[in-house]
Amino acid sequence: MLCQSCGKNQANTHIKKFINGNLTEYHLCEQCANKIGYQDVLSSFPFDFNNLLGSFFEEKNSSVLSNKSKSVHCEVCGSSFEDISRTGKIGCANCYKTFFNRLMPSIERIHGNTNHTGKISYLASSDESLIKNKINELKSEMEAAIKDQNFEKAAKLRDEIKELTQKEGFKDE
Amino acid sequence: MNSWFEQSGPQGDIVISSRIRLARNIERYPFPCKLSNDQKSNVINDIKSTILNSSDFKEKLNYVNVSSINKIEAQSLVEHHLVSPEFINDLSYKGLILSEDKSISIMINEEDHIRLQVMSPGFELDNIYNIADKLDSFLDKKLSFSFDNKLGYLTQCPTNLGTGMRASVMLHLPALSQCGAISRISSDLIKLGLTIRGIYGEGSEPKGDIYQLSNQITLGISEKTALQNLKDITAQLISRERKQRSEITKNIHVIDAICRSRGILKNTILLSNDEFMKLMSNIRLGVSIGIVTGISFNKINELLIKVQPATLIRDEKQNFTSIQRDQKRAKLVRKYMNEAN
Repeated sequence: MLCQSCGKNQANTHIKKFINGNLTEYHLCEQCANKIGYQDVLSSFPFDFNNLLGSFFEEKNSSVLSNKSKSVHCEVCGSSFEDISRTGKIGCANCYKTFFNRLMPSIERIHGNTNHTGKISYLASSDESLIKNKINELKSEMEAAIKDQNFEKAAKLRDEIKELTQKEGFKDE
Repeated sequence: MNSWFEQSGPQGDIVISSRIRLARNIERYPFPCKLSNDQKSNVINDIKSTILNSSDFKEKLNYVNVSSINKIEAQSLVEHHLVSPEFINDLSYKGLILSEDKSISIMINEEDHIRLQVMSPGFELDNIYNIADKLDSFLDKKLSFSFDNKLGYLTQCPTNLGTGMRASVMLHLPALSQCGAISRISSDLIKLGLTIRGIYGEGSEPKGDIYQLSNQITLGISEKTALQNLKDITAQLISRERKQRSEITKNIHVIDAICRSRGILKNTILLSNDEFMKLMSNIRLGVSIGIVTGISFNKINELLIKVQPATLIRDEKQNFTSIQRDQKRAKLVRKYMNEAN
């Protein structure tokens, strides 16, 4: 079977994603799988693929674990980072805070993004300062991107800011 | 009251249905994987009482006690797209809320505390998003959902972070499927943050040429933008499919296949689900190009669900052998095809 992405090389990577009950299958060649970033996603969230894909991910994971303290557990639900990376399941809202730095790289690889720009919850939206803070945070990220001449990222952030200010009826000062 | 799946909607020749699903968790509880059974019951009761005590929703929504239903009924709920296959793996400490017309369903304690789903026949994403949004805001105000300023709505699986929204359309694409265009389209879609997959059957040959197109990315993209992307691509697929349909229907073999399918479905005594899916795809195509008349997309949509294995025998008292099942399916299909010409 030929790779579904490039249609040239022999497919040697079979990706089965089972997310929210949706089974998605791809037959890809190694290059295309790499390009799309599936290997990267799996390396941080091995789920049950870990055994299948062999030592490549394990090594990467164990080096991550040995660099950081293994004994950190979420105060609310007791999950460790190891639990999360083994099951692919986050235990509770507080886990996102506890393991923020270790989760962020995977989250960015999954979504290509790290900042929520959609609907804001009732509690958060009743706190105007939170939205203002968020806009300011995005603005400083945008300025940094411009400094780095990363205009693609800056444009993306500009759109996010625009959407947030429009949505919540704040004036973009 | 007619259920949503017994109707057809805008662009009904290609878009069978539209769906919005929101993943939400209640702030004061850990996510389902860390809930004790007592906590799970509390989550169910909190959501149930919030809905049943609301003047806006108590008339429209009903609680279904899923722990008391049998396997066939549970499987039939999956075939109606009202719950996910994972949901019915273990129905203890799960809850389900359904609207009378089945267009709204709330799964409780699936992967997240709440999986709120709104469906509609045809291409109707904006309308159903508004319904989902309104119900979500109501529940959020009463229950307080887990939310983070940076990461948005917090979910048990990081793939749903942000908006927690999956929007999808179910498409009938026989012409694009026949010319092998789907796999090429599929790789382009990945880059756009969308995904397309066969909805019936596994692997590369979906049954009945029915596909589901949905958004993959939920963080860093607003609901509005994600919906717009999905609508744009759906519109493109619709026009490509129509164009391809006008091409392939010049082909005598395609016309022959449609007419043969009509002949078989009007006369068959035994009919497996696989054969039904294949032949009904031809009938649907035939209706859209005017070769088959006397049967509407509504009826076809209704039939598509009614002949699925569990739904077909849901109301039977005794066990059915596979031959009896195929016989019953054939009888039902003959009845629906009676008027078709």
